[in-house]
Amino acid sequence: MEASVTTATPGRSVLERSAASRLPDRLLKWGLTALAGAILALIAYFFIRLIGESGDTFSRFGLSFIFGNDWDPSRSIFHGFPLVAGTLITSAIALILGVPVAVAAALYLNELCPRRFRTPLAILVDLLAAVPSVVYGLWGILVLAPKLLPAEKWFASTFSFIPFIGGGTPTAPNYFLAGLILAIMILPIVSAISREVIATVPPEHKEAALALGATRWEMIRMAVLPYARPGITGGAMLGLGRAIGETIAVVLVIGNAPLLGSHLFNQGYTLAAVIAAEFGEAANTPVHSSALFAAGLVLFVLTLIVNIVARWFVVSGHRGRRRGAGAMVEAQAASVGEVG
Amino acid sequence: MSAVAARFPEVSPRRRRTDRFMRASLLAGTLIALVPLVLVVYFLLKQGLGAWSGSFFSSDPNGNFFGNPGGIRSAIFGTLEMIALATLIAVPIGIGVALYLVEYGKQSAFANIVRYFIDVMTGVPSIVFGLFIYISLVINHVGGASFAGWKGSVAVSLLMLPVVTRSAEVVLLLVPDSLREAALALGAPRWRVVSRVVLPTALPGLVTGSLLAVARGMGETAPLLFTAGVTFLASSNINQQMNSLPVQIFNDITSPRQAVVDRAWGAALALVAIILVLNLVARFVSRRSRMA
Repeated sequence: MEASVTTATPGRSVLERSAASRLPDRLLKWGLTALAGAILALIAYFFIRLIGESGDTFSRFGLSFIFGNDWDPSRSIFHGFPLVAGTLITSAIALILGVPVAVAAALYLNELCPRRFRTPLAILVDLLAAVPSVVYGLWGILVLAPKLLPAEKWFASTFSFIPFIGGGTPTAPNYFLAGLILAIMILPIVSAISREVIATVPPEHKEAALALGATRWEMIRMAVLPYARPGITGGAMLGLGRAIGETIAVVLVIGNAPLLGSHLFNQGYTLAAVIAAEFGEAANTPVHSSALFAAGLVLFVLTLIVNIVARWFVVSGHRGRRRGAGAMVEAQAASVGEVG
Repeated sequence: MSAVAARFPEVSPRRRRTDRFMRASLLAGTLIALVPLVLVVYFLLKQGLGAWSGSFFSSDPNGNFFGNPGGIRSAIFGTLEMIALATLIAVPIGIGVALYLVEYGKQSAFANIVRYFIDVMTGVPSIVFGLFIYISLVINHVGGASFAGWKGSVAVSLLMLPVVTRSAEVVLLLVPDSLREAALALGAPRWRVVSRVVLPTALPGLVTGSLLAVARGMGETAPLLFTAGVTFLASSNINQQMNSLPVQIFNDITSPRQAVVDRAWGAALALVAIILVLNLVARFVSRRSRMA
């Protein structure tokens, strides 16, 4: 190959660049690679530091930090089951209330909505993600809580025979209110991912269903939903990750009582809320702040697991169906769901 | 005549009822999804506009127990300063990582690991990023002070980074390979292809992604609480504690004074207005680029 090209200097083709002029290329390539590597190193460093800072708590309390039911900073006892339970209860409420609405909105927008209204309605649903969490908290505790309280009291006394839901005396900040606010906050991301996934259902499947005489709903039930189910599940799990980690809105509406509420309308606490609420008083007590770091570590690991499973669902729902669709969905999650 | 009579079988009344009911339910779900947005915006305007006045934007909050509680000037300045610095950190790094992924890493194992962890970063709760920065920069007084505005910026930039990177990657992938190949065939070195062809082509999309990231960072409270501290004073020194809109709202909500709670509503309205404008500008920029 070299032989056929006229050579200016021996051993080097005219088409080949000098070592000096190739330098910027090398610099760019290795610079960018180092940058990407630095991000990984940074994440690893943070993770290790967080483990180090919370090690004291885990060696002192062990597993009872998660399963023991006694959180009392004044006695330096940090058994965080009320927090873990609060996180799970509020997230479950958020999923139960938020996911059906989000999926319904996604199905309506993609399959039933007149073309004219589709984009404006989709933008409005996305805008739910643009409201900062502190504003949801403000609205939740000052407007929603007092308005909901009479309804909650009526509900609790009318259905007092249902365990964990009825009975007891509702307080203004409670698990249900926190779950409701979280449901609103996860709605846009679950809806955005569901819409992306539903859009990948092959038109042939839908047309085949309609051609066989299915009504629109039967087409959705038999052609759209089975195909989109893994992706929708993944979207719901990404929403779950959000709900678990949400802090500021929850700390404002859950009441911050380190007790295990006996029913739905009791005050409670979550792992994320405890960090924000007790951070100030803990700053001068190493035991206390270590316990809060431990709460952060549990939160981190929990959201990590949920997100990894969620991405597996979203991507596996696409593999072999439409190349690149999985990546597009994730990018959508990064750009739409994250705003706020 | 009988040939024409070949008709589709009727849909049974039961199936038709189910169809109509489910379609109505899906529409109802969509409308329910929009109820919170309408309510939040309504209450923000109702409560927030009342708090707005000339002095609301031109005076700093004060800790006085009586009289005028002051406005939100230091909070606006603090938010703008910290978010500007966070953007300066997150946007170049985020686009740099995206360039690596698209131009060099492609589908290599290392690139996929980086991609995976960037995705994981989007799911990490913002309060955990606050703790990261608190542990690594605040408790050991890096830079002399404990809480400082620039530490808040670093925490927020960590949140913005994955948003910038993922959106930039999508946009850079949209740049046609034929453009890159044409430039390379003309003898341009790789770095010139990147800086003169790829980046300018992708510019509107990069701007959109960065604006969305800025809008996200602006509303974050939790990471600032542990890093920028809590203060009322306006400061142009980023090595001191800094006030910000979300943190001031967070602190004002729990106040027993109605005037201070009103200030929270006014500040919330200002914050949401800024974020909505950023979102609309981002959408406008991306629409322009699609037309081109």
